[in-house]
Amino acid sequence: MTTRVEQALPPRRRDLAPILLVPLVALAALPLVGSLSTWVTLTLAGLAMGMIIFIIASGLTLVFGLMDVLNFGHGAFISIGAYTAAVLAPSLSGLIRADSLALNLIALLALIALAMAVTGVLGYAFERIIIMPVYRQHLKQILVTIGGLIVAEQIIIAVFGPVLIVLPLPTAFRGSLVFGDIAIERYRLIAVVVGLVIFAAMVLILDRTRIGLLIRAGVENGEMVEALGYHIRRLFAGVFIAGSALAGLGGVMWGFYREALTPGMGMDVMVLVFIVVVIGGLGSVGGCFIGSLLVAVVANYTGFLAPKLALGSNILLMALILLWRSRGLYPVAKR
Amino acid sequence: MSERAPLLTLNGVNTHIGPYHILQGVDLEVPRGALTMLLGRNGAGKTTTLRTIMGLWHASAGSVRFDGADITAWATPDIARAGIAYVPENMGIFADLTVRENLLLAARSGPIDAARLRWIFGLFPALEKFWLLAAGVLSGGQKQMLSIARAIIEPRKLFLIDEPTKGLAPAIIANMIAAFHELKKSSDTTILVVEQNFLFAKSLGDAVAVMDNGRVVHAGAMTALVADRDLQQRLLGLSLDRNQ
Amino acid sequence: MSILRAILSGDPPRGRPLALVLTAIFVGLAFAPLLFPGIGALNVAAKICYFVVLAASYDLLLGYTGVVSFAHTMFFGIGGYGAGLALYDLGPSWSSILIGTGAALLVAIALALVIGLFSLRVRAIFFAMITLAVANAFSILASQLSSFTGGEDGCTFRLPELLRPGFRLVAGPFAISGRLISYYLVFFAALILFLLMLRIVNSPFGRVLQAIRENEFRAEALGYRTMVYRSIGNCLAAAAAALAGVLSALWLRYTGPAVTLSFDIMLDILLMVVIGGMGTLYGAVIGATIFVLAETYLQSLMAALNHATEGLPLLPLLFHPDRWLLWLGVLFVLSVYFFPAGIVGGLQKRR
Repeated sequence: MTTRVEQALPPRRRDLAPILLVPLVALAALPLVGSLSTWVTLTLAGLAMGMIIFIIASGLTLVFGLMDVLNFGHGAFISIGAYTAAVLAPSLSGLIRADSLALNLIALLALIALAMAVTGVLGYAFERIIIMPVYRQHLKQILVTIGGLIVAEQIIIAVFGPVLIVLPLPTAFRGSLVFGDIAIERYRLIAVVVGLVIFAAMVLILDRTRIGLLIRAGVENGEMVEALGYHIRRLFAGVFIAGSALAGLGGVMWGFYREALTPGMGMDVMVLVFIVVVIGGLGSVGGCFIGSLLVAVVANYTGFLAPKLALGSNILLMALILLWRSRGLYPVAKR
Repeated sequence: MSERAPLLTLNGVNTHIGPYHILQGVDLEVPRGALTMLLGRNGAGKTTTLRTIMGLWHASAGSVRFDGADITAWATPDIARAGIAYVPENMGIFADLTVRENLLLAARSGPIDAARLRWIFGLFPALEKFWLLAAGVLSGGQKQMLSIARAIIEPRKLFLIDEPTKGLAPAIIANMIAAFHELKKSSDTTILVVEQNFLFAKSLGDAVAVMDNGRVVHAGAMTALVADRDLQQRLLGLSLDRNQ
Repeated sequence: MSILRAILSGDPPRGRPLALVLTAIFVGLAFAPLLFPGIGALNVAAKICYFVVLAASYDLLLGYTGVVSFAHTMFFGIGGYGAGLALYDLGPSWSSILIGTGAALLVAIALALVIGLFSLRVRAIFFAMITLAVANAFSILASQLSSFTGGEDGCTFRLPELLRPGFRLVAGPFAISGRLISYYLVFFAALILFLLMLRIVNSPFGRVLQAIRENEFRAEALGYRTMVYRSIGNCLAAAAAALAGVLSALWLRYTGPAVTLSFDIMLDILLMVVIGGMGTLYGAVIGATIFVLAETYLQSLMAALNHATEGLPLLPLLFHPDRWLLWLGVLFVLSVYFFPAGIVGGLQKRR
């Protein structure tokens, strides 16, 4: 008796256009760049940079997606992650200085794990103390998390001083791999691997586990998740811890990339992070991934083709994307 | 606590939403193993009553007792885990999740029981057909079926269902009535349904309570209300849409 | 009294303590050259003046329209660069100041309009992020176009003769120097701008803005075109910020990214408005005064504390004179939670 209704159902279709965007931009850039080897180098470097940006931004979009909280404090966790690595690196100097990829990787993973632990714990405290009282109040959230950012940055300055701190790259990560005319920095390859692992893990968890189901359901209708018998506040705390730990991970990767840390480094990169999540669609992990790659390759191409424009390319890209889809590439349901 | 004690008892429940005083002393008993219809005109406080039972709004005075425990101040998830399933007025479907994932989440204690799932598919064949589709693309009636299926995916002591017929075509309502008859066959089921559609309520209800102005103004057996035209006129003339 | 009420647009400070504090600030600024001799103190007083205008204009957005913008320093910078570059390129004359100010106003209002049309329809969070990105791009632009703006180093310029420090209108013991004239130019301009803004928020237009902040849907349902009102509010705030930028350029005889465009200044304005009290322009006065004073004098107080706690663990680190911003940050967070009406709210309650 419901057949008429059933036939009227639209087939479920995947929204592929944003996924095609990066390859399309890359193809369009090829004739402009001219030389194939230069183009490959630019594209690979851009994709790798995009991975680093994704790692940094993923936690922010995750937290925003579920909790509807825009956390400016994310920048502080990026800095704290990087500083944790800088503090602990000397005690692993044996592993870091060794000219062995395996030992270097062990050191990197150890630093990442420790930085994530530190930022995860701090994230829990931040959620309880700073964020919990202002759920659902956007204006206050923005103000309070900015306040948290100021305080955290000042504490970093108090402890480490306002000066530059050096975080040397492990020996085997230095230099570039060269294939004919194409060169790619080794560290960028590491970043690609880390970024892909994070992305795959996030997608798998969101798609295949009960926690992931709960997060996706909570994004849509937190009240109904509670009525089904799940404590959404615990879920919030867990996701916030994960988001902060991801910021810490991003801080480590970003710190090694720059090899020099400043207390304001987290806030400095937040502008880029915001552009990426706005492009991707606030709260969307897949959109954040595509947005990161897009921003990075476009910046690379414009840097090569029109260096004067390079600094503005992010904003230009954001404006174009918003003209096409006013809520970003993958707008999250409900918002 | 005898077997005949009501499963759910509301005693002088008051609920405020912002500046508004919605429930003004609700007294309600929901007997075990029966289907109780909660009737009343728009704004009488029916939905607020269900939400207060679920802990989605907290009573400012009065008490809610469920199966011997005072759940007035409990958090919503704890109330759900005490054995109450809730189908909200807007159905609360997770549109981005598939039909399967919606049901997976509702089955708290682990994998879905295969026999029970077959029984649910028997009640609502559409769910089997669209098993792997995003719930957001279902029609209104199918969403309502999914919402009810989500509530009954595991045995619960009490089902709270808010206007299951709202916005549905008559053919689908008939389908829904059949499903509820089937649901009532399992002897242990206690159901509280908020309804505006008297035909629907009449054909299913064992007991009935009528609300007006944030209070329960009449409670008794459905048969008595169906038999008593004067009472119907007095209570439902103002409480029900006579076109139905 | 009624004249005073009229000057204050019928919105005088409520409560005696608030009135006393504001009177003290007014008197302190009006007679600063007499009360606090010394070039350092006069610098502080002038800085308070133009930051009052800047903070008040930001409050038009944050407190009265309920949107968080991070592009406010951009408009401040446009004013500073407008006046500065005109004086530098066209020579130190009054007409240069006028041309620079006019150009800055045009650019600021046009930009505010574009940003508003682009993003005011969306949620507060979106607006915050987009304005942050735009402001960042503008600041990079200003640093990059070094042949035009002086780049990172900024640009130093000369003022019309009347305003130069070396100028003497009256010599002798009661000297009236160009510096003094500059100060009073800044002071009165700031005063007039502040009173104008007070007039705006108390006009029917200002009340509609507040209605929109409280309940956008209802305001729209009542027939107000919320987009139009918000855009006008946005433009007015941008114009006022640009004028504050002009004042700062005139006083400093310098303009550059660090003193006008940096994100640090954006945070400073936020601190001023929130600590002073959102949604009451008087809060901006108190916030700006406290902030500039703290920035200047809290450091010496903390140096003393730092000295006193020497030998204790950690405390000397936290009381280091450079940590004043840490404490203001803590105060900021506490204000958002516990005193959403800021200091003004506190002073009003104890009526």
